[in-house]
Amino acid sequence: MLEITLSALIIIGALFTFIGSLGLVRMPDFYTRLHGPTKATTLGVGSLLIASMIYFSTQGQGVSFHEILVTLFLFITAPVSAHLLSKAALHLGVESLSKPPPEVERADADGAGTP
Amino acid sequence: MLSTAILIAFALVSAAIGLTLWRLLTGPDTPDRILALDTLYVNAIALLVLLGMHLSSALYFEAAILIAMMGFVGTVALCKYLLRGDIIE
Repeated sequence: MLEITLSALIIIGALFTFIGSLGLVRMPDFYTRLHGPTKATTLGVGSLLIASMIYFSTQGQGVSFHEILVTLFLFITAPVSAHLLSKAALHLGVESLSKPPPEVERADADGAGTP
Repeated sequence: MLSTAILIAFALVSAAIGLTLWRLLTGPDTPDRILALDTLYVNAIALLVLLGMHLSSALYFEAAILIAMMGFVGTVALCKYLLRGDIIE
């Protein structure tokens, strides 16, 4: 039973990691590419870390807490780095597939509201 | 069964690292390459955790914690450089 749970967690985590990186390669523009790694990969690594925590806790050397540190750190820092990346891309004017909202286009046409 | 699952997971995570490296080499813009680096360190943490389970050794978590901290600092520094043209003002 324990082995089945561990194997399922490991396979799910590896699959999510793979799908996140696949999204990084296959998506059409930068802002959609940002989705794959920052969501799927974090979930995949979280699942792998839970599997590792169960594995080392049942080895008979007491409960293992190292993984909680890695999990907490990854889950706190992933949104921050994604936010900074999107800010940098907006600053550089990276091409997006979707058009800006009409208010922005009107302000651009007037030439008044441009930053 | 567990060792088979770990081997399959090794293959999947290695393929993910390969895809990330492809994006790192061919990414059209600078933010794409930084995003690929960010994904690369998260994938490296996954690979290290798997190696720790494969070898039944808890030593690899120290390396995983170090990579998590240094990777985040690197991403923030590169983004700050793109945003402001300087890292520490």
